Amino acid sequence: MTTLTGKHASNAAAFIKDEARTDWHDETLWMVRHKRDLAAAGVLEWEALRNYASNIKEHTLSNLDDYLSEFEKNALANGIIVHWAPDAAAHNQIVYSIIKDAGIDRIVKSKSMLTEECHLNPFLISKGIEVTDTDLGERIVQLRKEIPSHIVLPAIHLKKEDVSHTFHEFLGTEANNNDPQYLTGAARIHLRDKFIESTLAITGVNFAIAETGGFVVCTNEGNADMGVHSATIHIACMGIEKIIPKAAHLGVFTRLLARSATGQAITTYTSHFHRPQPGKQIHVVIVDNGRTTQLGREDFRNSLKCIRCGACSNTCPVFRRSGGHSYHASVAGPIGSILAPNMNSTQYADLPFASSLCGSCSNVCPVKIDIHYQLWKWRQVLMQKGEGSIGKKWMMQGMAYIFARPKLYRFAGSFARKFLRTVPFLAQSKTFNPWYKNRELPQAPKQSFTEWYKKQQ
Amino acid sequence: MKVALFIPCYVDQFYPQVGIATLEILKKFGCEVVFPLNQTCCGQPMANSGFNHLAGGCNENFIQNFAGADYIVCPSGSCTLHIKEHLHSDKQEAEALKIRKQVFELSEFLTDILNIDRIKARFPYRVGFHSSCHGQRGLHLSSMSELMLPAFSKPEQLLKDVEGITLLKTERTDECCGFGGTFSIFEEAVSSKMGKDRIHQHSANHVDYITGVDMSCLMHLEGILKRHHSPIKVIHIAEILNASY
Amino acid sequence: MSTSNKESILNRIRQNKPNPVLLKENNFGNFPATALQLIATLKAIKTEAVLIPHLNAVQEEIQQLQQKGNVVLNVLNNLNAVEQDQLSKKSAADLASLDYAFIKGQFAVTENGAIWVSDKNIFNRLIPFICKHLVIVIEASNILTNMHQAYTAINIREEGYGVFIAGPSKTADIEQSLVIGAHGPLSLKVYIIQKES
Repeated sequence: MTTLTGKHASNAAAFIKDEARTDWHDETLWMVRHKRDLAAAGVLEWEALRNYASNIKEHTLSNLDDYLSEFEKNALANGIIVHWAPDAAAHNQIVYSIIKDAGIDRIVKSKSMLTEECHLNPFLISKGIEVTDTDLGERIVQLRKEIPSHIVLPAIHLKKEDVSHTFHEFLGTEANNNDPQYLTGAARIHLRDKFIESTLAITGVNFAIAETGGFVVCTNEGNADMGVHSATIHIACMGIEKIIPKAAHLGVFTRLLARSATGQAITTYTSHFHRPQPGKQIHVVIVDNGRTTQLGREDFRNSLKCIRCGACSNTCPVFRRSGGHSYHASVAGPIGSILAPNMNSTQYADLPFASSLCGSCSNVCPVKIDIHYQLWKWRQVLMQKGEGSIGKKWMMQGMAYIFARPKLYRFAGSFARKFLRTVPFLAQSKTFNPWYKNRELPQAPKQSFTEWYKKQQ
Repeated sequence: MKVALFIPCYVDQFYPQVGIATLEILKKFGCEVVFPLNQTCCGQPMANSGFNHLAGGCNENFIQNFAGADYIVCPSGSCTLHIKEHLHSDKQEAEALKIRKQVFELSEFLTDILNIDRIKARFPYRVGFHSSCHGQRGLHLSSMSELMLPAFSKPEQLLKDVEGITLLKTERTDECCGFGGTFSIFEEAVSSKMGKDRIHQHSANHVDYITGVDMSCLMHLEGILKRHHSPIKVIHIAEILNASY
Repeated sequence: MSTSNKESILNRIRQNKPNPVLLKENNFGNFPATALQLIATLKAIKTEAVLIPHLNAVQEEIQQLQQKGNVVLNVLNNLNAVEQDQLSKKSAADLASLDYAFIKGQFAVTENGAIWVSDKNIFNRLIPFICKHLVIVIEASNILTNMHQAYTAINIREEGYGVFIAGPSKTADIEQSLVIGAHGPLSLKVYIIQKES
């Protein structure tokens, strides 16, 4: 399994080198943003829904322990087995134990970003368990030994030719047949046996309801349900923040989720699980993995409101032009950039800077996370922690010094302009002046505004 | 009406004509304009780079220059927003608070405070409007494509009545140009690509000029336009609104 | 072991959670919904919808399909306890060759075409997914406008499993090209029984 490394800026620069492909990626994701706009416009009370969803989530986070306890109590009464995992390792071990205790050696899994975060697949594979991801996009990247590049559209970075190539290699489809219908049909046949033989299926959780002790899984393909209803054991993995208080609240979230994610009014299947069928088991694994730490961060706790719709990635002009893999994290895009530094501030120190702070993300977020404010605030935290480069630190100290001293500022400005007027070629270096790589420098006037104004007095 | 003029550092140094146009417009509408001579920078370049903790000296200098002003007007949405959100002082927080309340970007000052309906100006050109992000989403100078709310735009409201102007919007009405301050240096590839794409959309409208409320965005676009030897020029909204008959 | 995991997580939450935020009241309104609106929405999500006065029309279709050699499962008529139990015990292998499944739905929502189906309609949770073609029959009097109304009308805990089904299975995971028919049914047809007045 490829693990992603490097920093966003250099990864993005490499991505952009193929400009035609970048344009295609950008245009494809813009269309998804556009579909979201059309869907949202069809709901008169859209902004009121966002307000209410945000309120429900904020209320829940402030009572999270009570709601989780209530959920467990009701889930247990429903006959669901509940596990608690403080971290990714515990989560993986719990899931593995259930599989091992049942004497099972192969499982099917539908989309769960939490399991990506915990690196569940490589762990299970190392224990000799065959893992088949059954969402079409996830299956494609699994065969290619990649990770999803987008939390909702995992294969958005791939063209149909890429998929055709992969399916030809692994599923024996016709070479150079790029028809999505044909390829999807091939995946249906390929995975159908896996479903029918499945004895254990893993899913994510979109919403867990405290009041009823049940949970909801939203999908389009039918793979999650094919897996769990064929199997004897269903393991549902959820982050602690997936709890909502009441069943009625699902009315709000089911109206917001798919419209925000793909522009659909609702996903094809919105499955509600409360009790296992007789003779079968449902397990829920409740995972912390750094979420309680984030909960304690006053400036960043609202990132836990996230319902993983991906709208922020679709609207982000940076994401569209750099691709999810540039973020070298299991969750990419704007939301990933405010979640990841909580997990590892050194490894992900570059992510809050992978943004022009345009603010579009906060506007599309169905639960009104102040994403672009949190990006700004993470920058402060990380630089004060010393995660910035020495060069950047010196540059900033220099600027702070100059801007605090009016006379020095005026002198520096005048000097810079003289410099640019007399020896511009010294600044016109693509190697040493990043600005100059793709842009001309601004013209340097003889007089600053201040100098002009003084002359008028 | 007494107005203190706040001129962004890069406008002061590289685009003084924008400061001059701003000054002239305010005077035309009967404002008594003072320009505090010792202003430097609002501190945004440091703050957005994560070094807000070094901006103290800059903040104190800003407060010294602008304390006591009834209105502070600035031809930049981005700098205005930064002051509004981040100006603080260990020594003079009360003054800082007053300034945060009284600082305005130029177009919103004209529409909301001076209540100007129309400006008598002439600019017979095809002009592409660039919706600078901080002014739009931060100061709410106009509606936003993401939000399902009624449409409005303070800058465009002023521009549409300029004689001879043909104001044109791009297909993606409010996508970021990619300047983003030090983002333009530290994420240069993405920044330039975003700028290039923005220009492409304006070019499709065959514009003569691209305008907006922020010279920083326009400086970035201008750099790319010049690199591509494009005939399209950039111009700040103040210069258009001040363009006389 | 698990108890201490639970307590450690809950304790960390108690230490770190913010001050209480009040849950605001909200009412998203009740609007009348019509069969015509539902049909339009269903059409938009690639679902054929037909108004019929009586269940008989559906029974005819079932017979015709069976005559053509299709494997058809009819869950429209009231099954007795033995039949319900038998159906619930069928495995994926047993049901894999299902061409058509006819089931009842309880409520339909015009804003998105979603139809609520639960254990008491299907007895075996695989049925709406494993069949090649799904047909759902609903009553016109059970059409609602939006999801708020739906969640008021249904008790999601009443049955061990329930699902809102909105159209045939689909995916756009390959270059955002919409493909109807992924792992679930390739098509969905809805019959709306509207008794003539």
